[in-house]
Amino acid sequence: MTDHANTVSPAAGSFGRLRLAVTRSEALRGLTLMSPTLFVVVAAMAVPLMLMVAYSFWSQSYVTLDTSFTLKNYTDVVTRDIYHILFLRSVTISGIVTLVTVLLAYPMAYFVAFDVKKNKLLWLILLTLPFWTSYLLRVFSWKVILGYNGVINSGLMSMGVIAEPLQFLLYNPFSVIVTLAHAWAAFAILPIYVSLEKIDRTLLEAATDLGDGPVRRFFRITLPLSMPGVIAASLLIFIPTVGDYVTPSLVGGTGGVMIANIIQAQFSRANNWPLGSALAISTMLAVTAIACLSIWLAKRGTAAIR
Amino acid sequence: MSAQPQSRDTAARRWRGGYAVLYLAFLYVPILVLPVFSFNDSIFVSFPLKEFTTKWYAQLAGQPALFDALANSLKVAIFSAVFSTLLGIFAAKAMTRYRFPLQRPAFALVMLPLVIPEIILGLSLLIMVNRIGLSLSLYTVSIGHVLLCVPFAVAVLLSRFEGFDRSLEEASLDLGESAWMTFWRVTFPIVFPGIVSSLLLTFTISFDEFIIAFFLTGSETTLPVHIWSQLRFPQRLPSVLALGTLLLVASTLLIILAEWLRRRGIQPDKQPDM
Repeated sequence: MTDHANTVSPAAGSFGRLRLAVTRSEALRGLTLMSPTLFVVVAAMAVPLMLMVAYSFWSQSYVTLDTSFTLKNYTDVVTRDIYHILFLRSVTISGIVTLVTVLLAYPMAYFVAFDVKKNKLLWLILLTLPFWTSYLLRVFSWKVILGYNGVINSGLMSMGVIAEPLQFLLYNPFSVIVTLAHAWAAFAILPIYVSLEKIDRTLLEAATDLGDGPVRRFFRITLPLSMPGVIAASLLIFIPTVGDYVTPSLVGGTGGVMIANIIQAQFSRANNWPLGSALAISTMLAVTAIACLSIWLAKRGTAAIR
Repeated sequence: MSAQPQSRDTAARRWRGGYAVLYLAFLYVPILVLPVFSFNDSIFVSFPLKEFTTKWYAQLAGQPALFDALANSLKVAIFSAVFSTLLGIFAAKAMTRYRFPLQRPAFALVMLPLVIPEIILGLSLLIMVNRIGLSLSLYTVSIGHVLLCVPFAVAVLLSRFEGFDRSLEEASLDLGESAWMTFWRVTFPIVFPGIVSSLLLTFTISFDEFIIAFFLTGSETTLPVHIWSQLRFPQRLPSVLALGTLLLVASTLLIILAEWLRRRGIQPDKQPDM
């Protein structure tokens, strides 16, 4: 997807002018073809996001919206401890989820990319299939599994392993992490698999011939070359999980409430859309900043290895 | 190559194979809970299993709200699938066949909904709908779903269009076929599997989507929103499990079909970049 700038020197004559005209019309046709999709994305995403930014600078008392500019919502977001705690908790939980999911998925992707010779397609379908079943029901089935009278507790009790149900299984950050690590597995496996599959196998042979053992070879060649996949996977998991409110409200309990639950509450029960907007926008900005910083660190880390 | 590193390689490979099986178990066991307990004759989801029963499935038939929600979800999903796939075709063709200024930023913008939390997409749309003065309906849900589905449609179709050899079309034109017949006899058959798999994929995404639908749905609910409302009542639990099982089977069939179509004829090294 590289842009070939068709540069034409003025001395190129009529042929050059012809090429320029063709290039221009090609550019025009390309843009025209792209425009319906761009229009929808701008109208349904960019404009609403700008409106949300506008709302975050407004204020609301009961049902009347005051559209005069104010920074009150943002000072609230910055100064109130509850938002800090929830934001930090969300980022920590999502960070752990990302780390756990990527670490668990990497060997799996490695296995499919390097060890599976024949039925690659079958493995890929098997690995992505659970992802396409209802998110709501996948989260819900963890609630059923980890619950007080749930599958694990009742199973262990009927086997006589435990006398009373284990209470630490559900309604805490741990259950949120397990559920999310399960729900987002496919988003980790696929990008990592794609980047592993792209690695030129002759590089690995060269490393072996030049005396690198399997471990050294992995850290000096395979891992750095698969970093784009790891980074893509981390982003695809970290960013959406910070904004998830289904999982915390089903399996999180009070200890697992995340920032998205508070944002959602501002748009329903608490009915303070401007504050909700300010919370949503600051969360999005902070998450983007954290994501960019981690990408930068990951790239520097990889460069250091090589 | 000496014998020793080779045997170490096989040992490592065996470890990874074992890990892969465990990983699959981690992925599938939680999902298999739904079908197993949907046939269990007890209102509680717990061991030991009681008698086998199909009464929870029979109970589903007596819930008119469920069928309304199902019909709504089908409408929204079909609309979202057709519309986002159409937009995906435009974008994929523009990306692969033409060069134009700001191509990469335009592409990034189209793929952006993938990395914005769904809650923010949903809430900002809610704000806009509210500002314009539209009332919440299946249309507002559909708009949100089209936005969410477009990046997936583009990703699927791009892999099809990238593998497309342009000289085939040129050859057809040189040999005297009209532009229309060239499209119909050359372009369409090559791109067709990609279109079908994009339709199936986006249909499934929209059909299962909850977060955006939760904010943008009006009095007519979609199926996931209906399920969400049912989760509050413990006595409804077994029938939710039965419903979940049916959805599981339907999703599985659709996705196997989509994957099979998408990957048919594409080399493993020509995977789309996510």
